[in-house]
Amino acid sequence: MSADIIQAINLEKHFDGGDIKALNGVNASVKKGEVVVVIGPSGSGKSTFLRCLNLLEVPTGGAVLFEGVDITDKKADINLHRQKMGMVFQHFNLFPHMTILKNMTLAPMKLLRKSQAEAEEKAKALLERVGLGDRANAYPSQLSGGQKQRIAIVRALCMDPEVMLFDEPTSALDPEMVGEVLEVMKELAREGMTMVVVTHEMGFAREMADRVVFMADGKIVEEGTPEKIFSSPEQARTREFLAKVL
Amino acid sequence: MKPSASQTWPLEAPDWILNGPEWLNDLGYDFYKSFVFDDRYQMYIKGLGNTLLLTLLALLIGVALGVVISLIRVSWDKNHTEMQGPGRFFLGFFNALAKVYLTVIRGTPAVVQLMIMYFVIFASSRNKVMVAALSFGINSGAYVAEIIRGGIMSIDGGQMEAGRSLGFGYVATMRYIILPQAFKAVLPTLANEFIVLLKETAVAGYVGLTDVTYAGNIIGGNCYDYLFPLLMSALIYLILVMFFTFLVGKLERRLRSSER
Repeated sequence: MSADIIQAINLEKHFDGGDIKALNGVNASVKKGEVVVVIGPSGSGKSTFLRCLNLLEVPTGGAVLFEGVDITDKKADINLHRQKMGMVFQHFNLFPHMTILKNMTLAPMKLLRKSQAEAEEKAKALLERVGLGDRANAYPSQLSGGQKQRIAIVRALCMDPEVMLFDEPTSALDPEMVGEVLEVMKELAREGMTMVVVTHEMGFAREMADRVVFMADGKIVEEGTPEKIFSSPEQARTREFLAKVL
Repeated sequence: MKPSASQTWPLEAPDWILNGPEWLNDLGYDFYKSFVFDDRYQMYIKGLGNTLLLTLLALLIGVALGVVISLIRVSWDKNHTEMQGPGRFFLGFFNALAKVYLTVIRGTPAVVQLMIMYFVIFASSRNKVMVAALSFGINSGAYVAEIIRGGIMSIDGGQMEAGRSLGFGYVATMRYIILPQAFKAVLPTLANEFIVLLKETAVAGYVGLTDVTYAGNIIGGNCYDYLFPLLMSALIYLILVMFFTFLVGKLERRLRSSER
């Protein structure tokens, strides 16, 4: 019996009335505590797939089950489900008009009805853990890219999510800042957080993934353990891609 | 109290002016006629009060209306392809209404709108300031709506996504995340609209409301000499505009410094 926390069933995302098929029948599942890394060439639909999981992108077909509930159902309260699905974006998307502390406490206070003291305590503890305890009262514009992304991760963590979704979290960073963000992600993975990560960082995939999913042309071409995907891929398409990026 | 015939037409300046240097006599006489005689300066003070009250009320109405209209327009533009059922119908209806409002208000002169308001729609009302404030507020709302809409659209789409991904609904994300940033972005433009509005109220005299312009106009007519009265009106506007420009500059600097 598998404890699937997320299940994507035959997901389809078509644009322009079906002319462009970003997702073309994707079936996937994520177990509790699992780290799933999605790789693939650009335009393969991996970001669209990830964004469909919390309905930032509304799929045109298929269903997404989160904790057994079909969240694509019109009657499902998507805002409630999203509280349990943290998301980290390529471009950080911190709120520039708020301090770091306010960025982190806004959602817990408004949505989880936490007291300010309670929310701030948790936020400060998280900041401390990612080595940014002294920046609580800074504004996002005062931080480097790597710092911003670390803040974005802990901002999502403030909501105590069940799952963390990462949409190319290191793609917009200067090379020397990639490491610090990956380090935070690795620590999170070691603690047992369920993670779905879309990335081009093959090193991270090899080291941390429980399962690697290779996507191309809106479909899952191949999936398996990192050893299997990176050492002995079965599909020609996978080999072709890996030959280019490794 | 109506002044007597001799009072409305002083032939000579009082002694305290004539006793001064001779070259000042004519100027002094004009000054006396325009401001001192019959306590005419009080009319400017009354006009100033009305102009400020009118502008302030119109601004409040305009911003309130502008926020609502811009939110309707933005919500419709961004969401209508995904919406269904009665929500879509109502938003669509209000969006169409908003478009008609914007077209009509921006397509007709403010002074015509004011006259229609006062002489037709509120023909039975004698409260000139309230009717004029409503009229200017409705007029200003159309421009404020487009300013705020521009501000909302200038905010990066990732902000909405970040808010939604944390679990905020569309309205809450707008309120806590998008609107505060949009307001900050459009503050200089909004301040400019306030200054335009201040000067726009100068047509309030068309419905007999004693504002700064109307005061100058009436006094000029009373003393058969418009130079000093109209210069005074102009000077009052200039000082007001310079003062508000200064305040806005200060506010802007403070807002900006909070991000550094």
